[in-house]
Amino acid sequence: MELVQNFPFITIVFSLTCGVFCAVLKGKKARGLCLVWLTLTTLMSFSVLLYTLKTGEYYIYRMGKWNAPWGNEIRVGVLEALMATAFSGVMLLSLLGGMHHIFADCEPEKTNLYFTMCSLLMSSLFALIYTNDLFTAYVFVEINTIASCALVMLKSSAKTLVATTRYLIMSLLGSGLFLLGIVILYGITGELLMPSIAEKVRTIFATGEYSLPLTVIIGLFSVGLAVKSALFPFHSWLPDAHGSATASSSAILSGLVLKGYIIVLIKIFYRVFGLEIIVSEQVSWFLFVFGALAMILGSVGALRERDLKRMLAYSSVAQVGYIYLGLGLHSELGVTAACVQILVHAITKPMLFIAAGGFMDVSGGHKSMDAIAGAGRRDPLGGLAFTVGALSMIGIPFFAGFVTKLELTAGALESGTVTTVMALIAIAVSTLLNALYYVPVIFNLFSAREQAEYKGLRVRYRADYAFATVAFVLLNIGFGAFSEYVVGAVRQGLALFGM
Amino acid sequence: MPAFLERLFTNYYETAAMILFGIGFTTLLMHRNLLKKIIGLNFMDSGLYLFLAAKGYIAGRLAPIITDGNTDPSRYVNPIPTGLVLTGIVVSVSVTAFLLALTCRLYDRFHTLDIDEITHLARKERD
Repeated sequence: MELVQNFPFITIVFSLTCGVFCAVLKGKKARGLCLVWLTLTTLMSFSVLLYTLKTGEYYIYRMGKWNAPWGNEIRVGVLEALMATAFSGVMLLSLLGGMHHIFADCEPEKTNLYFTMCSLLMSSLFALIYTNDLFTAYVFVEINTIASCALVMLKSSAKTLVATTRYLIMSLLGSGLFLLGIVILYGITGELLMPSIAEKVRTIFATGEYSLPLTVIIGLFSVGLAVKSALFPFHSWLPDAHGSATASSSAILSGLVLKGYIIVLIKIFYRVFGLEIIVSEQVSWFLFVFGALAMILGSVGALRERDLKRMLAYSSVAQVGYIYLGLGLHSELGVTAACVQILVHAITKPMLFIAAGGFMDVSGGHKSMDAIAGAGRRDPLGGLAFTVGALSMIGIPFFAGFVTKLELTAGALESGTVTTVMALIAIAVSTLLNALYYVPVIFNLFSAREQAEYKGLRVRYRADYAFATVAFVLLNIGFGAFSEYVVGAVRQGLALFGM
Repeated sequence: MPAFLERLFTNYYETAAMILFGIGFTTLLMHRNLLKKIIGLNFMDSGLYLFLAAKGYIAGRLAPIITDGNTDPSRYVNPIPTGLVLTGIVVSVSVTAFLLALTCRLYDRFHTLDIDEITHLARKERD
């Protein structure tokens, strides 16, 4: 076994350890440790990505060298490594971009706990990406929930407390359903490792026994994880939680946490059940319809919002809808589009939230549309980042967001007539609505009608914020320009994924 | 007796577990009092653990701890479901503690446990 094959395991376990160390260090030292560790995990995940691309195969890493029915294992392929690289890189940039907000918003003696939670969150995201075991997935889903609720709560105000409580309660309902699904599936198959379950599920499905329990299980998994990833009818907690938290938290929660659950759902669908069973169980309709509704109604919610961060949060609801629409198409192209959208949204939305944090700095801490008028002139780098992010969200060519829409349209055209028409309408309407709420914000940011008290204010750039915004902009444009490599890697990854 | 009723009564552990889960789920979702929500959460989780424990037990068999050198697998039950229940209990203890701590802080701030009223009061406050 080569050294690089150990990296996924190291990133999971040492992120947990890093969290423990951060809990006993002082704020500044914890920040240093967390940033250095995140840089290392990004590099390690990238080397794993290069390794898997070179070999063109996935490999299974057995914990403690125990074999299949007894041991726990993680499975590493191109897609997993790509996601891990993107997620830890975005985590690093989000922390850098909102660093001074973290130190301003948290109580001074609790800043180190922010970095503890970030490390735990990163560990659980890595575990959700790599794990090949359903119960491990459940445990890390719960760690993910607790850590992300704590990230919202560490900015102590009445609003964040209430938002955290509602977020936690909704998440727990979701985990309850998810665990029930696992328990019933375990009751039927007697296995917890995904490949073993897949084998037994195929046998059971072929005999036609247990067809009702199988439908119920797929429903439980879909609804449980949809609640946690804020699919449309279950999104009510999201705008409060993401709108009121500190800049880095909003960026991390919107960009990464929601995606962790979706990755688990994709794994369950295509590694445990397989395309054939999922299509025959008609769950596709549920995800497709709610995905399309989310794309439109999330955008309508954003259109009505006069608060910048809540508007971005509603936009996340719409963007999660794109992912579910792709999944709901239930074809290889659809899932490719969903995975591309996971990556695109993970690099775009944090940029918008970090830029929004920058605008609050030059607008007296306010985030209403009136207060941020002209903020792009006071903070040109933030203005540039927001413009790039907004154009990408609308789907202008050469930015990342265009790639998703292209892939999604390709997937839609290939599916049946009714779904093609519905999907194309949803994409068109959603794009139009995106333009309707993002373009006025861009004009507002660069308008000369600034409020008198902030007029002539100039931002004094901090190195971390400037670096994060520039890196995000380059990442987005790079993604748009070299999209064929990324899409190619996603395709190769999905081929290894066991579809 | 109809066949499905008979099935419900033969698998009475599983039936009871699902009823508990349902009670807990609806309490967590619908109840306005935060403390009752937390109790609902624990009902829901207990229902799941009862389900797992009942599935994992076969009447007349022992826990797989070999004391007399007899390694015949048909004498023992699979220990994994019990292990899962233990892991699950740890998870639910931690989320209960987190939710209780949150409830304490909300009560200190708003002097009520009603989540709707708290949401209403928090909207009025400027941050």
